[in-house]
Amino acid sequence: MNARTQAWLWFLQRASAAMLGFFVLVHLATMIYAVRSGLSAGEILARTRGNIPWMLFYAVFVASVAVHVPIGLRNILAETFAWRGRSLEVAMLGVGVFFLLFGLRAVWAVYAPGAGLP
Amino acid sequence: MDQATPPANTGSTIRVSVWRSSGAGGVASGEGRFEVFEVPRQPSQTVLDVVTHIQRHLDPTLTYRFACRVGVCGSCAMVVNGEARWTCRTHVDKVSADGTLEIAPLRNLPVIRDLATDMSVFFDKWARAKGQFSGSRSRTDDFAVVSPQSEERQQVDLGIECIGCGVCYSSCDVVEWKPDYLGPAAMNRAWTLINDTRDEARRERLAAVAGDAGCHACHTHMTCTERCPKHLPLTAAIAGLKRMTTRALLKGEL
Ligand code: SF4
Ligand code: SF4
Ligand code: FES
Repeated sequence: MNARTQAWLWFLQRASAAMLGFFVLVHLATMIYAVRSGLSAGEILARTRGNIPWMLFYAVFVASVAVHVPIGLRNILAETFAWRGRSLEVAMLGVGVFFLLFGLRAVWAVYAPGAGLP
Repeated sequence: MDQATPPANTGSTIRVSVWRSSGAGGVASGEGRFEVFEVPRQPSQTVLDVVTHIQRHLDPTLTYRFACRVGVCGSCAMVVNGEARWTCRTHVDKVSADGTLEIAPLRNLPVIRDLATDMSVFFDKWARAKGQFSGSRSRTDDFAVVSPQSEERQQVDLGIECIGCGVCYSSCDVVEWKPDYLGPAAMNRAWTLINDTRDEARRERLAAVAGDAGCHACHTHMTCTERCPKHLPLTAAIAGLKRMTTRALLKGEL
């Protein structure tokens, strides 16, 4: 991987960190609101089902995680365990895809109109 | 004096543990051992004075390096009681409250012998960071005018006084974790050149300091800034490189 790509990774990690800061705050505020007002799972699902802004919010949230985590993990593994090179890059790509797929699957389960309780 | 069982410290001497190497690995590798010496206490004594006393009076085989003794040449740095320091300008009073000293070679560099390290990697990295000035004027051209008040020149002023002692490099954990990391001094040098308006190699230099071996690997620990005997704002220089490389990256110029 050349220095230019590494500089991109650094930039993407900072940018995704900034986005995550915002997403996490909104997410926590919403969670606290939902729990405080005693909403049941059914009532929550009634609000999220078919709610496109909600779905987009969490889809981008998941995408930021999928970008942020593997880049940071790559640094930690390289610095702590001296794992470097192709094998590390392939593994981290795998981690990113994993977070993206399972994250989006969870978003879909809460969004998809007509699906049962996830 | 019996080196194996030194006498109890009376206050008029300093008990000094000095690294004696048996390999190039330094203290962390265990390739060597600490040997204890008792050195007479003197007023205004520096750590370099202590090492010199040992070599002149107690064990002439002790190997170390110094030249100027006044904080200019950058050749005398060692790890003193766990922290890298310029020994010629470090008073024993300041670092040894209890009358003991532990003196070891700089970290992150191969040991030549005892307290002398091989600094070639350190300076090779200056070259890798494009630490050479690259101008375009010849002797027939007029002088370049650089205003001392200009923002660029002020940045240069902040970083220009490096003596190449390696204290920052020895103190940086990222150098330990990533052996090809350029380190603070080489990047500070690149930063002063990038802010030199006469220099023509800005683009190549930004490319040389980008990425995992360069500014993007810095964790902003600030140990280098804290320990630099010349108090250079090294972490800020590296942050400046991050900003500039990112700008170049987004413009497609990296
Ligand atoms: S600020 Fe950067 S260069 Fe300085 S010690 Fe920390 S990681 Fe190393
Ligand atoms: S930046 Fe400071 S600590 Fe590093 S080599 Fe230069 S003078 Fe020494
Ligand atoms: S001997 Fe020159 S800086 Fe210490």
